[in-house]
Amino acid sequence: MAVNIFKKFTEGLSKTKNDLSGKLDNLFKLHSKIDDELLDELEEILITSDMGVESTMEIIDKLRKTVKDEKLKDQQSILSALKRHLKDAIMEGESFDDSTLETPMIILIVGVNGVGKTTTIGKLAHRYQSMGKKVLVAAGDTFRAAAIDQLQIWCERAGVDLIANKEGSDPAAVIFDSIQAAKARGTDILICDTAGRLHNKKNLMNELNKIFRVAEKEYDKKHKQVYLVLDATTGQNGIIQAKTFKEVAKIDGIILTKLDGTAKGGIIIPVQKELDVPVKYVGLGEKLDDLQLFDPNNFVDAIFE
Amino acid sequence: MIFESLSNKLQGALNKLKGKGKLNEKDIDEAMRDIRLSLLEADVNFKVVKDFIKSVKERSMGSEVMESLTPGQQVVKIVNEEMIKILGEKESKIQFSSSEVTVIMMCGLQGAGKTTTAGKLALRFKKQNKRPLLVACDIYRPAAIKQLEVVGKSVEVPVFKIEGETDPVLIAEKSLQEARKNGNDVLIIDTAGRLHIDEKLMAELIQIRNRVKPSEVLLVLDAMTGQDAVKIAESFNKDMEITGLILTKVDGDARGGAAISIRAVTSKPIKFVTTGEKMADLEAFHPDRMASRILGMGDLLSLIEKAQESFDSKKVKEMEEKLRGQGFTLDDFLDQMEQMKSLGPLDQLLEMIPGANSKQLKNLKIDEKELVYIKAIIQSMTKKERKDPSIINGSRRKRIANGSGTSVQRVNKLLKQFIETQKMMKKMGGMNKMMKKGGRFKMPF
Repeated sequence: MAVNIFKKFTEGLSKTKNDLSGKLDNLFKLHSKIDDELLDELEEILITSDMGVESTMEIIDKLRKTVKDEKLKDQQSILSALKRHLKDAIMEGESFDDSTLETPMIILIVGVNGVGKTTTIGKLAHRYQSMGKKVLVAAGDTFRAAAIDQLQIWCERAGVDLIANKEGSDPAAVIFDSIQAAKARGTDILICDTAGRLHNKKNLMNELNKIFRVAEKEYDKKHKQVYLVLDATTGQNGIIQAKTFKEVAKIDGIILTKLDGTAKGGIIIPVQKELDVPVKYVGLGEKLDDLQLFDPNNFVDAIFE
Repeated sequence: MIFESLSNKLQGALNKLKGKGKLNEKDIDEAMRDIRLSLLEADVNFKVVKDFIKSVKERSMGSEVMESLTPGQQVVKIVNEEMIKILGEKESKIQFSSSEVTVIMMCGLQGAGKTTTAGKLALRFKKQNKRPLLVACDIYRPAAIKQLEVVGKSVEVPVFKIEGETDPVLIAEKSLQEARKNGNDVLIIDTAGRLHIDEKLMAELIQIRNRVKPSEVLLVLDAMTGQDAVKIAESFNKDMEITGLILTKVDGDARGGAAISIRAVTSKPIKFVTTGEKMADLEAFHPDRMASRILGMGDLLSLIEKAQESFDSKKVKEMEEKLRGQGFTLDDFLDQMEQMKSLGPLDQLLEMIPGANSKQLKNLKIDEKELVYIKAIIQSMTKKERKDPSIINGSRRKRIANGSGTSVQRVNKLLKQFIETQKMMKKMGGMNKMMKKGGRFKMPF
């Protein structure tokens, strides 16, 4: 029966992050030649990274062709060809450098429940603050219990101010007030928290759209960024999440969180393909400086680690 | 809603098979490919899918399908059975301890929804006339304790916390004393979200467990989780010996394959699903219903089983042989009708008839009264007439009409239909290609 076979398989796996690289070594030991079986196993690595079947098949097909065209024979060259194709699949764009951010800037942080929006805001505030920017945070999650308190603590850690109203108040109004405060104080970067919402809840998405319009009214394109926070553990649902949030709040970038676990975050590959939205940052832990610029090379390497 | 879209995709794959009277390996391979794809797109773990497909395929290639008159339906049945094997059959309830306090411990990754779910559980127990106590053991996440307090207040359940205490093990231990003192009979311990690979924090969880000896250790898992769900559940299960799962955020549109993966890997039951932002949005999980829902089976499954019990498959096979040759008589026809009538409403049954295309059948309403007439007419014939309807001349027709209380026109209609069917069967018997494309035998009504 399925269950038992699988148990046997997984019992052998250690729980550390290294299990894939060990697997890869074994793979190459097993397959001295490059054959279909090897490609199947590489396919498995890609699918288990949450890349999705379609993107995986595309990349494996490309790899198959490259192997043939370039007459690749050894494992190192096939692996680097695969990594090359993966990097090609990740959006190039101009490499993102936040030290030259336009100011004044408003940043809206959006996403479904539990992806790490509030924590990410704490880290972003700290990051910009350390760059010498004047940062203000807006407590736009007026729904979840104690969300404002949580954000308050992060702001204290980062040493930035927070504009907040009562729990249950209108989030668009909080954002509006924060914008006025940011203008009055000469703030460089205003970071706005929003409540987590499932993308298929129409009312909540309308509420987000209202918040977005408040920001859009006061800041032009150059001075406004909307970042979707995406949990690296997310499966194929990430695609529709990103799609819906883009429709409602024109997201400019993705922040991929919880990459310090065993999840690989492969979902960003189909997401980028479909939506043309780049990944800007990655979240790697719960400390203030556990936030880094997204690096496609590191990301691809990590898939095979 | 969760599983909905997985259900649509799987049904699409299976519907292709349903219509076929005969299956070859290619048909099955194609269906397996479609099933594999829909499961993977639903985030069922790669390895789980592989094993699932393997067992379904093995069984599908076996005699139970190949020798069946309804091979497509048999494959559907196998897929459903294998799915139930994974998901489990019965609802799994919370185990209340026989001692005075039942301890329930929540664990999971960050952002899975532990705190909110703890509140929802508390409300549920309160409604069951229990006296729950929520315990704030998440000392790490900023304002997590405050969040539990707000949640507790909204469901009017007390929250136990120790201001400034940094040892969750101690908080848990003290909460047990508090519960005994205050007569609380259910303790719900909220713990900090943690990565399954964080050895230090996992060790802390183990310590709490050892200290408070929970009767339930529930892993809270986000329904949107992808391939990694397997690793997460394996680790938590290994370290914590979880007793079950709560799947959260199922009101999203994730296909929920993680639930299938986790069951396959840990064999631990999904006890609840959470379905919304309100505190009452917690539902018991019924795996069997979920499996049926995934496959869009509804009552059809039991119908198939019923048919298997009632239909003597050898007899049906004989009938089929007769149909192909010329031996099919009105007697056989009546026989077949009797068998079918014992099964229930006809329009539902028709879906199981080999070769019947459910889409075509949708618009086709069967008048069951018509069958009563047919039966009466056939029973008013002599044995000889039933064997060879060609001898039924004008006066015989009149007699049959009178005997059955119908009209000559009805008798004529039936005979015409029967002869047409017989002709068609004969034709089809010689044309195998057509048989593969179309139905195998059509009923003359």
